[in-house]
Amino acid sequence: MARFASLIDSLGNTPLVGLPALSPSPEVRLWAKLDDHNPTGSVKDRAAFFMIQAAEAEGRLERGDTIMEPTSGNTGISLAMIARQRGYQMICVMPENTSIERRQLLELYGARIISSPAEGGSNEAVAVAKKLAAENPDWVMLYQYGNPANARAHYETTGPEILADLPTITHFVGGLGTAGTLMGVGRFLREKVPGVAIVAAEPRYGELVYGLRNIDEGFIPELYDASVLTTRFSVGPDDAIRRTRELIDREGIFAGISTGAILHAALGVAEREAAAGHRADIALIVCDGGWKYLSTGAYDGTVTEAAEALDGQLWA
Amino acid sequence: MAIEVRIPTILRTHTGGDKTVQGSGDTLSTLIDDLDSRHSGIKGRLISDDGSLHRFVNVYVNDEDVRFTGALETPLKDGDSVTVLPAVAGGSAAGKR
Repeated sequence: MARFASLIDSLGNTPLVGLPALSPSPEVRLWAKLDDHNPTGSVKDRAAFFMIQAAEAEGRLERGDTIMEPTSGNTGISLAMIARQRGYQMICVMPENTSIERRQLLELYGARIISSPAEGGSNEAVAVAKKLAAENPDWVMLYQYGNPANARAHYETTGPEILADLPTITHFVGGLGTAGTLMGVGRFLREKVPGVAIVAAEPRYGELVYGLRNIDEGFIPELYDASVLTTRFSVGPDDAIRRTRELIDREGIFAGISTGAILHAALGVAEREAAAGHRADIALIVCDGGWKYLSTGAYDGTVTEAAEALDGQLWA
Repeated sequence: MAIEVRIPTILRTHTGGDKTVQGSGDTLSTLIDDLDSRHSGIKGRLISDDGSLHRFVNVYVNDEDVRFTGALETPLKDGDSVTVLPAVAGGSAAGKR
């Protein structure tokens, strides 16, 4: 069935495609869950829809209300689209000087943007959003970093979809941002698949992003539970860009840079399993397409040039 | 044993501003002791009073988070690369200075 009552109803049930050219052997196979095939083109549509639906069910959201969220990325775009469809106002709190495509998309979907200082990155956006929420009690902050509906979206949709398409799964590799995808898919798979490995790929940014004044200003998403994970890799921009390009060159998939980071971790896992002589079916998430990142320079010139262009940006 | 350690901006007061320093040790714990002998005070920034890694400090050996590889007892060998980073919220914006 490929007919839906509306765009939002077409959420999820994204394709899982093999990556035969990148897989090390017929016994160790990589599979990509194409979550760019979602209504606004990213995996975040799942969390956004579930968070709004939960807030409506709890009576926290009524037509005409204002949603406010610290995000300038995919979550903001997803929330803005659904908010417009359902008659809510949308405010995104995001660091100033954000990539032009994301700002344009948010504005097209009717979102209002409140800037937070570039120094401190998302930490600062979260702090500003929490302050605004306290000052404006009628605004509804869904707060993706701590909202259980974010992880539940993946527990109820992404996880079951992957298992249905790949019953022989041995590893799941996802990106670590809010932790929603990894916690939801991870908990679901651990209940159903004995011994499954849940692997986090965490983007490693330039120094500006880690520019805390004090280590106690550090931030761990409330959703994060290390016991769900098997291991966690930090992936720098060089590796993420190199893998993003390999995904285009070898498999024809035009993905965003965070997907390159996830692929890098997945290939590391695949090589370990192949070297150990194990069979493995490794599923990874394609978070979004590359369209929103063309202006960052990630797709131009050499990998080194592209990595330099990304320095100081939150590219995932 | 030479192990390269990448130091985040916030801890460079202990390394005279150096972004990377060399250290030695066969576990992360002994490496941190070795670093502290030349970069006084750095151990106190990385390790909490209870003796575990500071909640908001992440350490990676060859890009893998040590909390999943034995924490402070993670084994090290010559040529390993160690990265120290503060835990921050990522994944939602781009900010250029």
